[in-house]
Amino acid sequence: MLEIGLSHYLTVGAILFTLGIFGIFLNRKNVIIIMMSIELMLLAVNINFVAFSAHLGDLVGQIFAMFILTVAAAEAAIGLAILVVYFRNRGSIAVEDINMMKG
Amino acid sequence: MVIQALAFYLFAALAVASGVMVISSRNPVHSVLFLILAFFNSAGLFVLIGAEFLAMILVVVYVGAVAVLFLFVVMMLDINFAELREGFLQYLPIGALIGLILAAELILIFGTWVVAPDAGQTLTAPILPPDQLTNTHALGQIIYTEYIYLFQASGLILLIAMIGAIVLTLRHRPGVRRQKIADQVSRRREDVVEVRDVTTGSGA
Repeated sequence: MLEIGLSHYLTVGAILFTLGIFGIFLNRKNVIIIMMSIELMLLAVNINFVAFSAHLGDLVGQIFAMFILTVAAAEAAIGLAILVVYFRNRGSIAVEDINMMKG
Repeated sequence: MVIQALAFYLFAALAVASGVMVISSRNPVHSVLFLILAFFNSAGLFVLIGAEFLAMILVVVYVGAVAVLFLFVVMMLDINFAELREGFLQYLPIGALIGLILAAELILIFGTWVVAPDAGQTLTAPILPPDQLTNTHALGQIIYTEYIYLFQASGLILLIAMIGAIVLTLRHRPGVRRQKIADQVSRRREDVVEVRDVTTGSGA
């Protein structure tokens, strides 16, 4: 119990990932919270990468986690920009209103 | 050892608790603040496991940029969040069911999973003990050599994201009079000033 090993970190990652999925289902009308849930899931993936990197003694996992961080930041920026534009056009961000491309 | 374990459990419990608050908070501003707390605690976990550079990057990038961006958008948009929470309890059972199934699957995997015995021989970048080479130094030595193309590509991704965000959100409002330096500089006297003969007594 006091010996912190790989499985402890993997458990934290798994719980955070599950919380992210749960959050998407729970707040399926609110795009902002859905994006926060995606960020939580990416954080859980990063925890897994770093835990494996430390456990195996290989630095490449940390480099990969850094690239995930980059892509997550880009994704958040673009997603929020789309959200702002969408709100300007429709005055709402509810998921069920996002149907303008249906024709 | 005891202190390390206590720190791990503290950080892990706080990260998970703030994760719960992110998805269940009534006010999205609180959600963002709890997201920041989750990132801070994950950074603590990274420090504990020996990835100091990533921990600092996590704080700088996520707390300093992404979370502030979220906060900015949440506060800028005038949204009735109470309306968006309708049906919150309606989706709770199916979400909990899927979450439980996923958690059970992950636990099953982690319970039976073992490291391959020859995994130690296939390392591409072994981690040296911290007194020989610090984490940041070691990362820099391979990011700028072996992974330079991927590093440049991630820089390009950030550039494209920046340009995309600007292109998406930039708008020119009609009716706003802006200062146009080029027009001002290129004005000529003969374009704008005209000498007219005005008859006496009829000038305005």
